[in-house]
Amino acid sequence: MSEGIIYWLQQALNAFQLGSIYALIALGYTMVYGILTMINFAHGDVFMIGAFFCFLLSSLLGLSFIPTLLLTMLGTALLGVMIERLAYKPLRQAPKVSAIITALGVGMFLENFTLALAPYPKQVPLLLENVTWDVYGISISSIQIVIISLSLLLMLLLDYIVQRTSIGMAMRAISWDKTIVPLMGIPVDLIISITFAIGAGLAGAAGTMYALAYPVIDPYMGVMVGWKAFICAVVGGIGNIRGAMIGAFILGTVEIMVVAFLPSTFRDFVAFTLLMLLIMIRPYGILGKPRIQKV
Amino acid sequence: MHKIISPVALLLVSIIFLLMGCGDKQQQDVIKVGLIVELTGDMPGVGASSKNAAQMAVAEQNSVGGISIGGKPYQIELVVEDNASKADQSVAAVNKLITQDNVVAIVGPNASLGAIPAAEIAEYNKTLLITPWSTNPKTTLDITTGKPKTFVFRACYTDPFEGRVLARFVLEKLKAKKVAVLYDVASEAPKSQADLFRLTFEELGGKTVAFETYTTGDRDFSAQLTKIKSANPDVIFLPAYYNDVGLIAQQAHRAGIKQPFVGSDAWSSPELIKLSDGTVEGDYFANHYASDIATPTAKKFIDSYAKQFGNIPDDVAALTYDSMGLLFSAIKKSTSLDRKVVRDSLATIVDFSGVTGDIKFSSGSGDPVKSAVIMQVKGDKFVWVMNAAP
Repeated sequence: MSEGIIYWLQQALNAFQLGSIYALIALGYTMVYGILTMINFAHGDVFMIGAFFCFLLSSLLGLSFIPTLLLTMLGTALLGVMIERLAYKPLRQAPKVSAIITALGVGMFLENFTLALAPYPKQVPLLLENVTWDVYGISISSIQIVIISLSLLLMLLLDYIVQRTSIGMAMRAISWDKTIVPLMGIPVDLIISITFAIGAGLAGAAGTMYALAYPVIDPYMGVMVGWKAFICAVVGGIGNIRGAMIGAFILGTVEIMVVAFLPSTFRDFVAFTLLMLLIMIRPYGILGKPRIQKV
Repeated sequence: MHKIISPVALLLVSIIFLLMGCGDKQQQDVIKVGLIVELTGDMPGVGASSKNAAQMAVAEQNSVGGISIGGKPYQIELVVEDNASKADQSVAAVNKLITQDNVVAIVGPNASLGAIPAAEIAEYNKTLLITPWSTNPKTTLDITTGKPKTFVFRACYTDPFEGRVLARFVLEKLKAKKVAVLYDVASEAPKSQADLFRLTFEELGGKTVAFETYTTGDRDFSAQLTKIKSANPDVIFLPAYYNDVGLIAQQAHRAGIKQPFVGSDAWSSPELIKLSDGTVEGDYFANHYASDIATPTAKKFIDSYAKQFGNIPDDVAALTYDSMGLLFSAIKKSTSLDRKVVRDSLATIVDFSGVTGDIKFSSGSGDPVKSAVIMQVKGDKFVWVMNAAP
């Protein structure tokens, strides 16, 4: 293959890896929004806590990759449910702004709590042996393969849960109409808790994979990534699960390709200009549908 | 992004204020020296090293009877202020030290972010300020005239100096013809090091095949590294902070990049070894001092620091110790404790031999004449390679 094509394919692989991680986080934003029409700004920090769980489990307990991943997902899922029960549930009838401010507060609490315990950046031990293959001049690492395939698997699983199971049907029903659904005997609180558990669990998986790909972690790592994942969710059409995945792969691709073909200083400027143009053309996102709302 | 002061920091500050309140005894017999350090915020490690070294320098000086001026002995009193690694709090700390505590001179802040605004205030109030670690040229330059500030000095070399030293090292010692540069465009020190490196390297006949940037907080460098890999340089210049170096070096390793990295003084943290997981083994960087080729002065400092604080002092500790040493030498040479007199004594120091080498000031500039050291990462240690000047 010619060098140009190899270079292009290598960058596409990089974009796919970045997009997978954005997608896992964006799903949490979009699921909570779909059900509660609330933007859970603490979600990026739940992702950060996921990376720290992964660090604790792997470096202190010496667990291997699969148990670390599962326990991290369980841990963040519990954290997600706890945040919902303690911070958001009491405000469900309050104005939307109160819930958003509370979410910001929870995020800052998580950041500063972690900062108090771990003020220095931490190196996460290598959970998987890294092997780099050379395929026709393209370097593919075992970690890239794990991240991409595991993310795709989790996304397919989520899509199955939401589209094909009774819990998923209840979730879709609540997002359709919150007042009628309880009259039909659907336990709304339980379904909301499950939604938070799934969203936060995915953030935990994203945190683990992030720590695998970018093994230096710190308490503020969730802020920028969280914002970007939120933007992915909005671009895809917030509230729409497939939209969030599409949005994430678009942002990942644009970010990598701008650096690949333009000076790297242009990255965020070009990426976000393109996203703003996209939003101007499709204000509700790629797969989003207009609906009346007040925030 | 996160300008919320934690309750702990508030408590600390209020305790410090309380302590200051009761420090007014024996005002005639002490020389007050201010110290502004990064005890909280982004770089608590820097602040802790700096404070330890300063306290050690003061205790040593006091144990030999302090400093006598005109036959009258004075003890040194150190007034420590935390700037939380922020610009605004650095300004507040300088103002407080100058007007409230009435210090003779100030040492710190260490990071340029706080040192530049602090230097402005010190210059305006005609109070001597020595920054141990701020390598930004702006710290000692008057922004409006471009001439050196009168009252601001530093114990370290500057970023442009380091960029030039490293360019020469890469070209002449590593025999590299083509380099790639990757640096944080949102951070001033790496930016000016990268610019001066490129300029000098190309002047000396080398070629820059890739000049790539990233932004503070980035974690994914795959696009830049893929670009650098396809440009096939001999050496990659990476003037980045040690936590970024950890990420970049590991990703480069995975992307199949085999070329060596060369870094700046921002590499010199023992954390680098942990955060890079063996991927910077054999790589070089420039630093302010090397603890393994210590001169007798440095040896004494390193031993006594290690005994008191349980670790080998880093470059911030060494530079803070030298800043205090420079200040004490200046005070000893002075006929009074007038701030201007002390400043004039410092500006004419030519024979100071410190932990980080010989330091002298000339032609009214606050930037010292001194050399850098080149270090190599070997196992879990940094090993001295050579002394270097451009």
